[in-house]
Amino acid sequence: MTVGDLSSSPSSSRELHVLAVDDSFVDRKVIERLLRISACKVTTVESGTRALQYLGLDGDKGSSTLKDLKVNLIVTDYSMPGLTGYELLKKIKESSAFREVPVVIMSSENIQPRIQQCMTEGAEGFLLKPVKLADVKRLKELIMRSGEPEDETKHSCPKRILQDDTDSSTSTLSSSLDVSSLDDDTPSSKRMKLEPRAHD
Amino acid sequence: MELGQMQKSLQDYTKSLFVEGILDSQFLQLPQLQDESNSDFVSQVVSLFFQDSDRILNDLSLSLDQKVVDFEKVDPYVHQLKGSSSSIGAQRVKNACVVFRSFCEQKNVEACHRCLQQVKQEYYLVKNRLETLFKLEQQIVASGGMISAMDLGF
Repeated sequence: MTVGDLSSSPSSSRELHVLAVDDSFVDRKVIERLLRISACKVTTVESGTRALQYLGLDGDKGSSTLKDLKVNLIVTDYSMPGLTGYELLKKIKESSAFREVPVVIMSSENIQPRIQQCMTEGAEGFLLKPVKLADVKRLKELIMRSGEPEDETKHSCPKRILQDDTDSSTSTLSSSLDVSSLDDDTPSSKRMKLEPRAHD
Repeated sequence: MELGQMQKSLQDYTKSLFVEGILDSQFLQLPQLQDESNSDFVSQVVSLFFQDSDRILNDLSLSLDQKVVDFEKVDPYVHQLKGSSSSIGAQRVKNACVVFRSFCEQKNVEACHRCLQQVKQEYYLVKNRLETLFKLEQQIVASGGMISAMDLGF
């Protein structure tokens, strides 16, 4: 039985610290549990603006006070009032402090141009809502495999998306972009898209 | 009613919710997120869904009752409700929201009023059923029985 609230030190390299951004109360609660059950440390915020504040990227103060802040993964909803997930992604990728942190976008809508736009901007992946435990487990595996971002001086090519192997409850697409035949009400439809970074 | 009977009733009742399409497989994700560190997760998240939905439905009613309906406001509410209902597996509510959104896009006020009624109907239905479900569970626990996640899967 996994317990998410490990009292390991913040610098524990085995435990991922995930920042989850979502304006929905219900979704925040669900994503938090999904991540905790998957043995991640989780911080949830309700908006892109709050996320930037948390990361020290809101421009009000320098990021020097947040030098010890360790975030291994950012998971954000796409459609949020104020700053969208896409805009948040851009700001993160523009920052020197956090541009290496993988950012995954979540959305209930399987809109190809949107997904493409996010991937082009450097998103590590895209999760179709409602998010399932298997999605989070797979995501975690991928992130852990990619290794410590600070050790890389250039974008290495993360492992290709785990193709649908034995998991029959979620199907993954090949890394081709053809999701046009799927709608977001199909339980067996493509749930997760993760691929090597589109740039570099 | 003895424990075994109660447990059977619970299983049958739960199953009916899936058969009727009131709940979908996403609902089965929720017990998987419950453990000793968060033993009340399912009822907590469902309560949160109820609170959230009550608020959204109220805001929706107000927005649609305006002399000039601002669809820029209406659509995000429906989107929110669609999202949260989808996250807990309230399938019929979600589907009603999908229809609702298409009429928002068309800016069809009358159709939207009908959609709101439909969404409310589905919401009260799932709320009622889930409340009954939790009551059945409580009765079992109070009688010394245990609920396992297996009771919810089939």
